[in-house]
Amino acid sequence: MKTYLPPKFIVDRNPSRCIQCQVCVNQCSFDVHYYDADDDEVRSHEENCVGCHRCVIFCPTQALTIERNPLDYRENYNWRPEIIEDILRQAETGGVIITGMGDDKRQRIYWDHLVLNASQVTNPSIDPLREPMELRTYLGSKPERVEIEPDSLELKTYLAPQVELDVPVMFAAMSYGAVSLNVHESLARAATESGTLWNTGEGGLHPKLYKYGHNTIVQVASGRFGVHPQYLDVARVIEIKIGQGAKPGIGGHLPGEKVSAEVSLTRMIPQGTDALSPAPHHDIYSIEDLAQLIYALKEATNYQKPVAVKIAAVHNSAAIASGMVRAGADIIVLDGLRGSTGAAPKIIRDNVGIPIELALASVDERLRQEGIRNRASLIVSGGIRNSGDVVKAIALGADAIYIATAALIALGCTVCQQCHTGKCAWGICTQDPKLAKRVNPDIGSRRLTNLLRGWSLEIKDMLGGMGINALESLRGNRLHLRGVGLTDTELEILGVKMAGS
Amino acid sequence: MAANRRQDSQFKVDATGLHYRRLNQLLRQAVADGAERIELQNVYGQRYIGTDLDREVEIEIQGTPGNDLGSFMNGPRITVYGNAQDGCGNTMNDGQIIIHGHAGDILGFSARGGKIFVRGDVGYRAGIHMKEYQDKKPVLVIGGTAQDFLGEYMAGGMLILLGLNLREGEYHRASFIGTGMHGGVIYLRGSVDQFQLGREVGVAEIDEVDCSNLDRLVGEFASYFSYNAAEILKGRFIKLLPLWLRPYGNLYVY
Repeated sequence: MKTYLPPKFIVDRNPSRCIQCQVCVNQCSFDVHYYDADDDEVRSHEENCVGCHRCVIFCPTQALTIERNPLDYRENYNWRPEIIEDILRQAETGGVIITGMGDDKRQRIYWDHLVLNASQVTNPSIDPLREPMELRTYLGSKPERVEIEPDSLELKTYLAPQVELDVPVMFAAMSYGAVSLNVHESLARAATESGTLWNTGEGGLHPKLYKYGHNTIVQVASGRFGVHPQYLDVARVIEIKIGQGAKPGIGGHLPGEKVSAEVSLTRMIPQGTDALSPAPHHDIYSIEDLAQLIYALKEATNYQKPVAVKIAAVHNSAAIASGMVRAGADIIVLDGLRGSTGAAPKIIRDNVGIPIELALASVDERLRQEGIRNRASLIVSGGIRNSGDVVKAIALGADAIYIATAALIALGCTVCQQCHTGKCAWGICTQDPKLAKRVNPDIGSRRLTNLLRGWSLEIKDMLGGMGINALESLRGNRLHLRGVGLTDTELEILGVKMAGS
Repeated sequence: MAANRRQDSQFKVDATGLHYRRLNQLLRQAVADGAERIELQNVYGQRYIGTDLDREVEIEIQGTPGNDLGSFMNGPRITVYGNAQDGCGNTMNDGQIIIHGHAGDILGFSARGGKIFVRGDVGYRAGIHMKEYQDKKPVLVIGGTAQDFLGEYMAGGMLILLGLNLREGEYHRASFIGTGMHGGVIYLRGSVDQFQLGREVGVAEIDEVDCSNLDRLVGEFASYFSYNAAEILKGRFIKLLPLWLRPYGNLYVY
């Protein structure tokens, strides 16, 4: 069938700069550039271009520019180009449109409507370069009160297992199978070096990375891929994945072609078979059932590790979170509307779930009202872009933050949303060995460590400006936030005052 | 309090009134102390028995163990003289569970290895998402009949349903058998109608390989529960196989 879809991008090759070196031909994994030997000229199949900029960055003579195809439809706010083109694609294939990364639509980003406070005149700000500044964070269930033996000064109260973080930013779940092993190794090494944690996602852990277990969160999802006693034993934290922000309520599906020999090793399924993650856990239909799995994992690891439960932020997250805490979760993870994915139906990604800022505010508030906030740590994720978002999230009540897209961008990702194709030209979301080696774990871990270092410095600067010398003092302290351009209802849910008040 | 008597490497635990956490501590301790055979008496609903044990050891249970019996288990052989509840063998990696009564829902959920034998009936979704990997191939043999969604999402391993308690001419009751199945095999003794099968499974006659599988596993089943294997094997078996290894391969556009 002839496709009615126009090319999305135009490749502009400056003939006075192009030296026909074919670097672009070799770098492009979407078959855009090709060399015409008869004419001794490099040309393009523009219809294949996804706008990932791999060729632009690697062109030695800066001969390439990628532009959006300026082809315009008649102006129509309802029938926007993306909507027209999605219909065309479905008319040509009859399938569910799959995409990668997080929701790219225009729902309000509340971080951009929240501003932070700073000390002026009446209270001194702190200079983090010269004064101690504490970002240390402990994840895990905290007791109601602490009792100390008066003579020996030893702790009498039983403390549930705690995990110490040097920086409150962790790497969110990305499975091996979605991302390459080199990405996993980069994340594992950067987390170890930076004193934080990374998350295996639901595809198991390659034995080569067991040595980073002390900084590893292992996931137990509905498919139970790669979940075996050693996997649970090497981990620092076990995370039960109920849902993710990009696709709340639906399962996952790693196509057989991505299940290479190595992926088969960590998922513990035969090579080339589809890895289907059912939508629900078939042993969890209630809070009581969730408690059963939480305690199954605690029993399986002799109560040595915190158990986290991750849900997508949805309408009744606050009530669910209360149930999760009462079910015995040591850590609660909320993944918002903008949470990313290696592959999800676009219609779900862009339409299901609620923004993380609102979910975080309402969950934190609910747990406080019920007097159980201490019983679990709260981690949020889903579109956190920079240290400003991190500080705002902590002021809203989060204990720590997960980043995934930001981490991949640090590795070269340009958010071209082609993760599901497995052809990532940056070698991130692919199992093609030729592409995967484009991420060098030595360099990748350095880029990630640098990112976390930069954010830590900025967080300390912002804290110092507020006159706070420990992140713990900011946690849940919404008086340090003000809203700009928000309605009364939005302000009420966020629990912040309007700027100026 | 538990009586924990040691004679050579034999342990006996009276589970009366014990919380599962304490019971499992005693089990871990016994296994660490070199137990070869552990007898649990008066078990009454304690969950997770046998989890976090990763070597071969005989565990005999008198009574009714609770949910998630043998979950994540990696080696022990558990014999239950009574009924098992839900989630028995959940994500089991290796070992055996032999149940002299009935078992509840999601028996063998996501099991990757080991064998489970049930003398009586099983609940809903038995064998759901069992998968195989290299030399690991989970086996589930059910003497009686099953509820709906038997072998749902099954991705590997072998599931045998014998229907020994069905009367002459009586059909199995389960519907949606093998829904979403994309690997492994189900052997069914007794009758089912086509409408009882999931859309993703096809019916095949058994061949020589199947016969040898059945000889071996039905033989093992019969030896545990004092049946005559030859009598059982006289019944007519059919084989259910996934029609496609990738049932959901053509749903998506990229």
